Amino acid sequence: MTEAQSNLTIENPKMSARDVKVFYGEKQAIKGVSIDVDMDNVTAFIGPSGCGKSTFLRTLNRMNDTVASARVEGEITLDGEDIYAPSMDVVQLRARVGMVFQKPNPFPKSIYENIAYGPRIHGLAASKTDMDVIVEKSLRRAGLWDEVKDRLHDSGTALSGGQQQRLCIGRAIAVEPEVILMDEPCSALDPIATAKIEELIHELRGRYAIVIVTHNMQQAARVSQRTAFFHLGELVEYGVTSDIFTNPRQERTKDYITGRYG
Amino acid sequence: MTGPAILLLLAGLGAIAWVSARARALRLQTAARETGRRDAVHSLPGYHGWYVALWTLIPAGIFLAVWANVSPGLVTQAVLADPAAQSLPADAFSRSAILGEARAIATGLQTGAFNPASQALVEPYAQATSTYGVAGAALALILAFAGGAYAFTRIRPDFRARTRVERLVMTTLLVASLLAIVTTLGIVASLLWESFRFFSMVNPLDFLFGLKWSPQSAAMGYGNDDAFGAVPLFWGTIFIGAIIAMIVAIPLGLMSAIYLTQYATPTVRKWMKPTLEMLAGVPTVVYGYFAALTIAPALRDFAVMIGIHGASSESALAAGLVMGVMIIPFVSSMADDSIAAVPQSMRDGSLAMGATTSETITRVLIPAALPGVVGGVLLAVSRAIGETMIVVMAAGLAANLTLNPFASVTTVTTQIVQLLTGDQEFDSAKTLAAFALGLVLFVVTLLLNIVALRVVKKYREAYE
Repeated sequence: MTEAQSNLTIENPKMSARDVKVFYGEKQAIKGVSIDVDMDNVTAFIGPSGCGKSTFLRTLNRMNDTVASARVEGEITLDGEDIYAPSMDVVQLRARVGMVFQKPNPFPKSIYENIAYGPRIHGLAASKTDMDVIVEKSLRRAGLWDEVKDRLHDSGTALSGGQQQRLCIGRAIAVEPEVILMDEPCSALDPIATAKIEELIHELRGRYAIVIVTHNMQQAARVSQRTAFFHLGELVEYGVTSDIFTNPRQERTKDYITGRYG
Repeated sequence: MTGPAILLLLAGLGAIAWVSARARALRLQTAARETGRRDAVHSLPGYHGWYVALWTLIPAGIFLAVWANVSPGLVTQAVLADPAAQSLPADAFSRSAILGEARAIATGLQTGAFNPASQALVEPYAQATSTYGVAGAALALILAFAGGAYAFTRIRPDFRARTRVERLVMTTLLVASLLAIVTTLGIVASLLWESFRFFSMVNPLDFLFGLKWSPQSAAMGYGNDDAFGAVPLFWGTIFIGAIIAMIVAIPLGLMSAIYLTQYATPTVRKWMKPTLEMLAGVPTVVYGYFAALTIAPALRDFAVMIGIHGASSESALAAGLVMGVMIIPFVSSMADDSIAAVPQSMRDGSLAMGATTSETITRVLIPAALPGVVGGVLLAVSRAIGETMIVVMAAGLAANLTLNPFASVTTVTTQIVQLLTGDQEFDSAKTLAAFALGLVLFVVTLLLNIVALRVVKKYREAYE
């Protein structure tokens, strides 16, 4: 890593990035980021608005491909396999690396169909019974089952914001991903709904590698075990969450944590 | 005094009113400003100018408009009261013929009289016309002066001329928008009235459900029964406009919308979208001869080649195909709008689940955009069934009730054109049938539009 910001070594990383640069046309949004993400911990990306944390997150499942002007350099691997290699099937990659967005975006379909969407396109259920099992399991894991089990065929868009976001998490879980990327998943939610999502993240930890982008430092402190601080497209510091918040090594991290900017 | 002269005079008065009122307001305000109070002056002098000018012009203008409609009646009455009119024949028809001739001579449209009776009336006519003309002009000028004077006296530094002018602007705009509505109502009323006359001659049930259409035989005196069964026309209209044209337009329009919104690069989109929309700007008569001269003969030859009987050189298929092409931009632009209105987050959500672009389109975007697309299709259908030129030129006149697309069929609009072109007697069922057909067409397209707009509106609410 340039400027050597990491204060931890990760054995067997689930995903790792080496010297990743992202350009939007001429503008460079990410300036050489190297980072490892492991399976057992929740990793939080923090930093002020426009620091590139969301952009970097979207390189991890190649969602930047949908932006015509975006270009990615460097290497990102999932279980040691280069995800930008020509042989990599983007569709398969995204099934393995799921994503939850800033604003809840359930499809205008029933709750059941929202969950069944992924399994259906990936052929994960052989029968209606299989599908029922997948839907129930996913909704249970997303902590939504008890609230919606009697109205699975109501529209997903009729749920409250927090429920919609948990539905989106359940939808991502339904395709059995290995990594779940969350892009500020609580920024559109009220405190109670936020607490529920944070609780859910705790429960999902260990089963999936979770990377969460947040602009809320308290949230990063609450939900994550590893924190990476981004600033101006660079990874400034990466370490154990408690270290970052109590004993930051970099001046910029310290300034951000103590609220000097951001 | 003649009409144009009065109008010119009024315009001059208005200009004078504007200039003098503005000057007066300016003078008063300059004086008022010296008092130093912030609210001493309300409107800019120009607004006072407009206020007075409008008061000068509008009452006089309204009066002239009314007068132009009322005065001919007054003139006629005056002429009838003249001793020379006592000898007029009693029956209304010849009486009005004589009066008409007298008026034509009096106003210089005609030089000599055919009917000696009218010659006698020329003099009273000319006299009455000039009397009422002068009276009207004088009244208009008095009104203009009165209005202008009234407004002029109201000019004070703090008079809210600006607010008044604003209100008048609003009223003008309101009247302008009401005009379109009133015109529509007028059209409906005339359609209803003429249709009512038609239905007093022909049973509405025979018309709506009858299977035989031959208005010519009715006109030739074989009676109105069985001649006005419009079902073959309705079928032809639906066959061409709602079936064949839509089979062409819906898939092509939808696919081009999907390509343009989802796959095309911005550069391609920038060129293709206007080009596609240019199709909508081609005059329908051009489509018409393209259908009649190029497509229809080719289709007939093709049908003969593959051995289809009853192939005609004017066919439902030719008209329908070309109409379908004409409708593509409607469908595509509505579908384009509604697909583009589906939030990007919906698309991202699907892609992030590992769906391909085409899976995203078929499973998420199209279902979400469907109401908008359906609305677009309904509008396209309503446009297609009201379309005239293409079917007149390419579909034919034979009222066949057939499923064979190579056969000639006829449509509601084609028959309206047939019934109303050339010399017509407006009291025969044959001519009046056109109005009944028009009414049916109007009602159907109105319903389609209402449903389509409802559907589109409901859908918009879902995302905003």
